[in-house]
Amino acid sequence: MAAAKQSIPTSTDSLSATTGYGGKRSQNRLSRIWRWPSWTLALPAGIAVVILLPIAGLTLTLLQPDLALWERLWATILPPMLRNTLMLVGGVGIGTLVIGTLFAWLTSAYEFPGRSVFDRLLLLPLAVPTFVMGFVFMAIFDYVGPVQAALRTHFGEHVGLPPIRSLGGAVLVMTLVLYPYVYLLARAAFREQAASTFEAARVMGFSRTQTFIRLVLPLARPSLAAGVFLAMMEALTDYGTVSFFSVPTLSEAVVRLWGWGSGTPQAVELASMLLVFALLMLVMERALRGRAKYYQVGGGSKGRRMNRHRLSGWKAALAPLACAGLLFVAFVLPMIQLTSWTIQELRGFTTTAWQSRFFEYVGNTSTLAATAAALVVMLAIFVAHGVRATAHDGRFSRAARVIARLLTTGYALPGAVVAAGVLMFLSPLDFAINDLAESLGLDKPGLILTGTMTGLVYAYLVRFMAVGYNSIESSLEKITPNMEQAARCLGATPGRVLWRIHLPLLSTGIAAGALLVFVDVMKELPATLLLRPFGMDTLAIWAYIAAFESLWREAALPALSIVVVGLIPVFLLMRIGDRVPAT
Amino acid sequence: MTNTVSFTGSAQKPNLSMTDHIIELEAVSKTYNGQYAVETLSLTLQEGQLLTLLGPSGCGKTTTLRLIAGIVAPDGGAIRLSGRHVAGNGAFIPPEQRRVGLVFQDYALFPHLSVAANISFGLKRRRLSRKEESNRVEAMLQLVGMSAYGDRMPHMLSGGQQQRVALARALAPEPDIMLLDEPFSNLDTALRTQVRAEVRSILRAAGTTTVFVTHDQQEALSLSDQVAVMFDGRLHQMGTPEELYTNPVSKQVAQFMGEANFLKATAHGSRALTPLGEIRLLKPQVGEVELLIRPEMLHLNPADEGVAAEIEWREYYGHAQRVGLKLGDGTQLVARSDAQVAFRTGDNVRVSVYAPLLAFQNQ
Repeated sequence: MAAAKQSIPTSTDSLSATTGYGGKRSQNRLSRIWRWPSWTLALPAGIAVVILLPIAGLTLTLLQPDLALWERLWATILPPMLRNTLMLVGGVGIGTLVIGTLFAWLTSAYEFPGRSVFDRLLLLPLAVPTFVMGFVFMAIFDYVGPVQAALRTHFGEHVGLPPIRSLGGAVLVMTLVLYPYVYLLARAAFREQAASTFEAARVMGFSRTQTFIRLVLPLARPSLAAGVFLAMMEALTDYGTVSFFSVPTLSEAVVRLWGWGSGTPQAVELASMLLVFALLMLVMERALRGRAKYYQVGGGSKGRRMNRHRLSGWKAALAPLACAGLLFVAFVLPMIQLTSWTIQELRGFTTTAWQSRFFEYVGNTSTLAATAAALVVMLAIFVAHGVRATAHDGRFSRAARVIARLLTTGYALPGAVVAAGVLMFLSPLDFAINDLAESLGLDKPGLILTGTMTGLVYAYLVRFMAVGYNSIESSLEKITPNMEQAARCLGATPGRVLWRIHLPLLSTGIAAGALLVFVDVMKELPATLLLRPFGMDTLAIWAYIAAFESLWREAALPALSIVVVGLIPVFLLMRIGDRVPAT
Repeated sequence: MTNTVSFTGSAQKPNLSMTDHIIELEAVSKTYNGQYAVETLSLTLQEGQLLTLLGPSGCGKTTTLRLIAGIVAPDGGAIRLSGRHVAGNGAFIPPEQRRVGLVFQDYALFPHLSVAANISFGLKRRRLSRKEESNRVEAMLQLVGMSAYGDRMPHMLSGGQQQRVALARALAPEPDIMLLDEPFSNLDTALRTQVRAEVRSILRAAGTTTVFVTHDQQEALSLSDQVAVMFDGRLHQMGTPEELYTNPVSKQVAQFMGEANFLKATAHGSRALTPLGEIRLLKPQVGEVELLIRPEMLHLNPADEGVAAEIEWREYYGHAQRVGLKLGDGTQLVARSDAQVAFRTGDNVRVSVYAPLLAFQNQ
């Protein structure tokens, strides 16, 4: 084996830094060859600032309250609104916690006919936007709807159900559509627990139920908190359902009042209050989750998972019935109704009429969703890379983690808050641009920010950055530093490492992130209502406006389209669950 | 304060103009957050030799390996590989230009590439023809005994198989130097000895200059031509395994290289007075000393020869046994012998020791 010797250049010529020869000063820079220079964090920091700017505007409003306005709000609409919001969020929290946890425990600890099928199917409501569930339930269970009409026909005029268009109804509907958040996370937490912990408790004399309450639940608390938080945030941001049911909440008021006469200042104040609400919930969730970091010895992927207890007798019949019942009410019934309406509607249209209108909406929605998805993914890659590259440099790693945290807070903010913030930030900018053009003697460009897609896509960026970022970050974690170094030692330049190692391994994260953002944009309502440019309505807007006018059949087609697309990530989620080693 | 370096026996003094030294480290230092991970380390290694960096966790051995590979750059000193200046004094050659092969503790195989694609990854820059490349991959697979596994994906392989692929991948581009970071620590104990022997014969056959890193002194003793013991970022001693075992430069090195008894004694010149009688010393000393006695150097004889002792405990290993001895004056020693004579707790034996012994000044 020839030991090739290279000649050592004796002059400090213009060889690039990567060939390694230079003066004394370059040694300090070069000696950090595996530590990226500090400016790698500047880009993520810049992105974080851009994402958070809209919120800054709203926060400033908080600091300069219009006291007269607040007095009037408190005297009139605010107290019932606050009460409704609190009760809605609280009710949904409790409801989803109970249903999600119980059913997760049922499918994790017990064996009964159809368990593995229900295990996956119970995730289906994730595909349905909350407002779609709202109007479907309203149509079915309202006083004039088929169910109550049938009851009156058979049992007399005075028989009926409690009104669906109420706070209670909203809580019920939202619980049915949002329980999968808790179900999914609780299920994962229960299955991660080691069999030995569970069995130790049984041996000590605790019954199955006692072990569940005293041991399994507390251990799963971080995951349960996270799931409940997600559900509550969805309840907080909802506009469609509470608008249909005439339940005034903060979110609903912000969207309703914005831009109408003198309502905007009120809307701004309410939005700032909503912001405080959301941040408080975020803090609470972090506190609940952060304190509990349980490490199980012998658990996780190394421990044996607990065996399922086979149910017998009436219990073995009740379990699948319960699952089927939940699934029916939360998914099958609404789907049947939506499909039936759609078919009726399609029969009524002439073929070309509905096609062109439908495809126009599909085109708008896809454009917005794809743009947002592409931007989120790109920015997320930059940020995740910068964060990771500085991970081992003590000075920057904490700053990097803070930046990542800040970027992902947007998901916790209701759509109405984000839209309000974006409008407060971009409107003055728009006017400034126009004034500038005027003073320079150019044609006024019009509202190029708030009047075009820009404002709306910006809001989507703020709101859904977390989704893309988490997806890409978890993919990036699979690329260990050792892998990168191994590639370098094998002769790959940093460019080749990026191309041959990083990008292929990131592709699943990129695809998953883009898909999730796409679907989230499709389902989004409040921010889209406030920020959409004239003439650019999405499928969600179409469904909402039609449903608001009680035009169920017209609303069904776009609603069903959204659900069908929303099923794609749900099916992928079901398949991922299968790859976990069989328990 | 300079590093205590002891070159004994056949290891040569660092003469850095000699070009048959493939690896030369000259007073290399590396700090992290103000702490020295490696402090003024100097060593050299000849072509074809196998060096093990040995030491407890955190002693700087992995950092040294990474300095040689070029993954980190030194804060002080110089590194030369095959006579070529690669780091220090304002110069730095990045890892992809150093022609070193590196095998990681966790193997770091590329999960999205097959076994064959992993192995050929390092061949890309050579611009070989497709046939030459596939021949080389075949040869490597055969070398490590994985000929049928070319199309498998890494996650389908066992730990031992992954390690062999990692080895083949690093060897494929014919590097000048092979670096292996605790390559056997993730294997089952049963597998370990066999894989160790296989890897060693592969590297010998290739004639590659190799550096191992390990904290297991058994591994170091059995695998290497040279062993360098490190503590807290400093090199304490470098030499052949025999030298380090029989002639350690300090108590710390002695204890790390294997089980050791230290017997207090009074030395006067070439002999010392000990509870086991008067014993010759390897090197003349005067004053209070401690004598290094390896367990296998104690000779146990039930008959009348040596000093009286009582067996306090016994561990049986099949091929050997270890016993705890208590002398008349209360001194406790550990002895090791073959299991021909079965000792029992409470037995009375006579102990003698194979002289001469190494003495350390009382610290």
